[in-house]
Amino acid sequence: MSDNLDDLYRDILMEHYRFPRGHHHLEHEDIHNEGQNPTCGDEIELALELEGDRVKDVYVSCMGCAVSVASGSMLAEVTKGKTLEEVKKIAATIKAMLTGEAVPKDADLGDLEALSGVKKFPVRVKCALLSWTTLVNALEAREKGKEKAPSTTEQ
Amino acid sequence: MKGGKSMAEVVQREPENRIGMEFNAEKYKTDFPILSRMIRGTKLVYLDSAATTQKPRVVIDAVDQYYRLHNANVHRGLHTLAEEATAAYEATRDKIAGFIGGVKREEIIYTRNATEAINMVASSWGYQNIKKGDRIVITQMEHHANLVPWIVLSRKTGAELVYIPIDPEGYLDLADLKDIIAPNTKIVALTHMSNVLGTINPVDEIIALAHKRGAVALVDGAQSVPHMPVDVRAMDADFLAFSAHKMLGPTGLGVLYGKEELLSRMEPVQYGGEMISEVRYDYAAWNELPHKFEAGTPNIEAAFAFLPALEYLEKIGMENIRRHEMELTGYALDKLAGLEFIKVFGPKDLNHRGGAVSFIDKNIHPHDMATFLDTLGIAVRAGHHCAQPLTRLLGVNSTTRASLYLYNTHNDIDQLITGLKEARRYFRYE
Ligand SMILES: Cc1ncc(COP(=O)(O)O)c(C=O)c1O
Repeated sequence: MSDNLDDLYRDILMEHYRFPRGHHHLEHEDIHNEGQNPTCGDEIELALELEGDRVKDVYVSCMGCAVSVASGSMLAEVTKGKTLEEVKKIAATIKAMLTGEAVPKDADLGDLEALSGVKKFPVRVKCALLSWTTLVNALEAREKGKEKAPSTTEQ
Repeated sequence: MKGGKSMAEVVQREPENRIGMEFNAEKYKTDFPILSRMIRGTKLVYLDSAATTQKPRVVIDAVDQYYRLHNANVHRGLHTLAEEATAAYEATRDKIAGFIGGVKREEIIYTRNATEAINMVASSWGYQNIKKGDRIVITQMEHHANLVPWIVLSRKTGAELVYIPIDPEGYLDLADLKDIIAPNTKIVALTHMSNVLGTINPVDEIIALAHKRGAVALVDGAQSVPHMPVDVRAMDADFLAFSAHKMLGPTGLGVLYGKEELLSRMEPVQYGGEMISEVRYDYAAWNELPHKFEAGTPNIEAAFAFLPALEYLEKIGMENIRRHEMELTGYALDKLAGLEFIKVFGPKDLNHRGGAVSFIDKNIHPHDMATFLDTLGIAVRAGHHCAQPLTRLLGVNSTTRASLYLYNTHNDIDQLITGLKEARRYFRYE
């Protein structure tokens, strides 16, 4: 029975769930956003500290299931040190991976590959996307010159 | 069923009259084809009846039969099919009127679901009767269906919205009820049974106080009407809302009961065909009601198939269903209490609670729990169950909910308990 389930709860994912990265508050927040999944009530708060166009540090706090917490933890890990353009590209790749669209061949996902098993559990895809959508909305709002992004709901 | 049978024959195919017979959930289970379905290699254990119930063969067959034999628009034609469809559609209305304690058929309005029924009251009676300075009283344990319409009404009219609080055990805290239902209260709207906590509220007492203040009372019966005898006249509710799909019937059909003197003074919510009468049949009381609230072609198929659902429930007996669920809920609560990693919400006293049991595992998130249980063929619900403020009040974002019905057995509970233990092992907490 748990073949499928093991695909969802891969070891890497469970490791991120147990020991989430990015759990320290930042001294300085350049980007801040909150998101929630209205079907289950899960909530996420994330913040980025920038150095020019690069992510210097990341804070992620997720009250949610293993999938949403692990995804947020991976986000914290993988975005650190990247430029905002790179971050957006990663977010787009993850979304493509989870919604069954073509993923660029050269995409190097690292731990994030562990999220690919979520695809087989359609009702859980929004858990995996919650943190990424919240981040992308924040970046888009920033580009549009808004102070604060509208609170994200992952539908 | 392969066509060719009249409604009367469908009815006869139901289980024998079981009055005085042993309640046999195992046997009822066999009346529900879906309950023998395999899910991921094991037989389905369905513990999500508070969301929607499964349907017995008589209901499924009735849908089939409706389209094979009787399909026509209602109240519109004089041909045989239209006559049959209309008669069946109205027969269900009579049945519903009887089922909730013998009210007038004019007092039974078909809606899409309980949500629409409540919205109708808020947007018709509400705007006609509520103004700035008035008070709307609801409770902290309402489903969004009986919460959001009142938030919006209060926002639009300037009336204040005041909540009857709940205590730590999950009962309504009635200590300040007399102050909460103040003289400026126009409506008190509350759930009869909580879909999260299972709490059965003392509606009689609250309605009596509402009436003393000159307010009307709306009862959300979405979780009570399917699971226990409900006599709307005895409780003296002015409005009662419930959904067919939560009581063995098809989706897309709900009921608004309203006292005739209130309904007759209410503005329709929608306008179109049907609500202005073109009636040719000489039903004694047919007048404006109930049709003025039923604009357009309704869900005829659902009304047709709701009749055998109600007959099925009546044959078993609502008292018997309630007793079975009390016993089974007690069994589930005992077993859950034996799991130190599980925390159960809601009252423990079976006399004051129904079979919706919400809980959390101290480590495993409800979403993960529900996904895990699904791999064992066990269907539960995880989330805030459309009662987000209540869930937050409990100090969590979501809970896992197992909810029972007449077809659930001790074995279903045993499997749930085994599943909860296995989840601990799978997620390596044990
Ligand atoms: C207490 C309560 N009220 C109202 C509703 C709304 O029912 P429906 O979605 O059928 O309109 C539900 C269903 O979840 C419920 O449990």
